[in-house]
Amino acid sequence: MAQAESVGGDLQLVHLTKMFATFTAVDDLNLVIPKGSFFALLGPSGCGKTTTLRMVAGLEEPTSGQIMIGEKDISFERPYRRPVNTVFQSYALFPHLDIFENVAFGLRRRKVKEVKSQVEAILSLVELDGFARRMPAQLSGGQQQRVALARALINKPEVLLLDEPLGALDLKLRRQMQIELKRIQVEVGITFVHVTHDQEEAMTMADTIAVMNGGKVEQMGSPTELYENPRTTFVANFLGQSNLISGKVFERSDDLGVELYGNRIRVPRSRTSSNSDSLWVGVRPEKINITLADRPIPAANVIPGVVTDASYIGVSTQYLVKTAWSEELMVFEQNLLNSGARPGDSVNLSWDPAHTFALDANQDVDAGVEVPEADS
Amino acid sequence: MRTRRWLPYALLIPGILWLAIFFIAPMFNLGATSLYDPNGSLDTGYRMTFHVANYGDALSQYYPQFLRSFSYAGIATISALIIAYPLAYAIAFKSGRWKNFLLVLVIAPFFTSFLVRTLAWTAILGDNSTFVHFLHTIHLLGPQGRILATPVAVITGLTYNFLPFMTLPLYASLEKIDPRLIEASSDLYASAFTGFRKVTVPLSLPGVVAGTLLTFIPASGDYINATLLGQGARTSMIGNVIDSAFLVRLAYPLAAALSFMLMAAIVGIVIFYIRRAGTEELV
Ligand SMILES: Nc1ncnc2c1ncn2[C@@H]1O[C@H](COP(=O)(O)OP(=O)(O)OP(=O)(O)O)[C@@H](O)[C@H]1O
Ligand SMILES: [Mg+2]
Repeated sequence: MAQAESVGGDLQLVHLTKMFATFTAVDDLNLVIPKGSFFALLGPSGCGKTTTLRMVAGLEEPTSGQIMIGEKDISFERPYRRPVNTVFQSYALFPHLDIFENVAFGLRRRKVKEVKSQVEAILSLVELDGFARRMPAQLSGGQQQRVALARALINKPEVLLLDEPLGALDLKLRRQMQIELKRIQVEVGITFVHVTHDQEEAMTMADTIAVMNGGKVEQMGSPTELYENPRTTFVANFLGQSNLISGKVFERSDDLGVELYGNRIRVPRSRTSSNSDSLWVGVRPEKINITLADRPIPAANVIPGVVTDASYIGVSTQYLVKTAWSEELMVFEQNLLNSGARPGDSVNLSWDPAHTFALDANQDVDAGVEVPEADS
Repeated sequence: MRTRRWLPYALLIPGILWLAIFFIAPMFNLGATSLYDPNGSLDTGYRMTFHVANYGDALSQYYPQFLRSFSYAGIATISALIIAYPLAYAIAFKSGRWKNFLLVLVIAPFFTSFLVRTLAWTAILGDNSTFVHFLHTIHLLGPQGRILATPVAVITGLTYNFLPFMTLPLYASLEKIDPRLIEASSDLYASAFTGFRKVTVPLSLPGVVAGTLLTFIPASGDYINATLLGQGARTSMIGNVIDSAFLVRLAYPLAAALSFMLMAAIVGIVIFYIRRAGTEELV
């Protein structure tokens, strides 16, 4: 069949749009997902992740735009002719077939030979040897998840779509499966498109992450790039936490001089995603040093404040520090460097200019703050 | 708190009493009757002679009606399945907001009596009906040909009367199927038809089994369709024989023996069928 001889290549979404009646679920999406990469689509609930995957799988018809694999336009191919397989969020294992037949389903439909040896090999890849004759209802959630993975992988698709496959697992099993999935992806070299709303999951697994919001891609890049250099307030808040402070540019030279309520700080140009003079200046809580007011200040960008809350959580201590303009900034201090700051103390917050980023002020400062807890 | 172990048993008591009074006792009675001396009568009274030969006599005399009953019921069951499956499928998957309305239509016939509905069919299939005229016009039926008083009429009546018993269990099991399973099959290279064959049909099997049993069992014991639509000895079923043996000829031992054999035959057929269904040999 088609997928056997197709040349393959990058998965491309070109101006992909999906409307349900008048509601735009996916809005002019443009993505290139390199062949063999582990790609994560990350975003809050309802942002259009599942809809995007379903269009790639052929279970939903795009309103406009194209889906290409390599040179081939598959936008209107029937689902069963696409070189794409899906690991469904709910697993969707066939309850009337045993594990062996579930996994063999795709091979049998394509009349592939040597079903037995292939099924055995893939079951051992997902560490389910000996489970072939069990029924799906007799497996644990984690085992069912691996069957769903094996059932899709065995077809050696060009692209494997994973729709929150770990959503139903408890935290420990989830972490274990993340490592497992990553190992398998490296081993088989197939393009994985992994949908999740768990930012930690996306960061630990993916080569490239696209952060989606309201049917659009906010920013795309490696986990480090997204975390270190977010370009929208949504990304800054959705991936980890950020302190965002309103500022005005007072000087443009090799870097930018920005005034934050009277405090002058520097921002590298490469980390500024706006030409505007009004900016949100951002810094991650763990990049900030906290020192008592009478101590030497270790870094160049400085803001004074008063500690309002300190909570010891083992690996770090988390402070809330109130500035002169009544904004509460968050600081995570490793317990190696104990500043001894207590609620009520006057402190200086300081950080390296290289750890500063600046965003256009014309955005909602709280966008993406409500990170959905890993609940599902 | 101590668990009250007797509670479940206490809850069973009303059901057991009901069964004992209305099922087990009559069964004993019937069993005893089937072994009475056949020469007795209501006037002279019956003597218990353990006359097992009642069974042999009944069978050798009426085996054609037995065979006719099971073949009519079998054909009616298959016809009902063929009609009901697409109907139930459409209601379960394609009816949208019409679903409840269509379900009401399926059970609507129950609002009138079985007898009246069957009588209505004598008009539909009668010699002067539009339907029969139409069959004459298109030469599907010869000039003297008729539908009423033929096996076709009886089977049609049986199919019609038991159709809801086929449709509802089918609907129930189809409706339970997770549509994501069908999506998964299409994702795994199954065309719509293959997905139907490999996923929908096997998952609806419990409904097929329940529906065919609920149709076949009452259909094989039915006598109203044969009476009203068959209208003669050529189409009489075992139910007719038992009916007349009990109520017309007052031959109680014969009637009881026939009843017992009908029951045994049905239980036998059902067990055989369920065994086969369990191993999925039915598809
Ligand atoms: N069949 C449909 N008809 C109408 N609206 C739909 C349909 N499917 C999805 N939507 C809407 O499209 C939007 C995107 O849905 P989608 O399932 O893609 O979200 P998601 O990003 O996968 O969210 P989650 O993380 O909760 O799974 C939602 O607002 C949803 O209500
Ligand atoms: Mg989803």
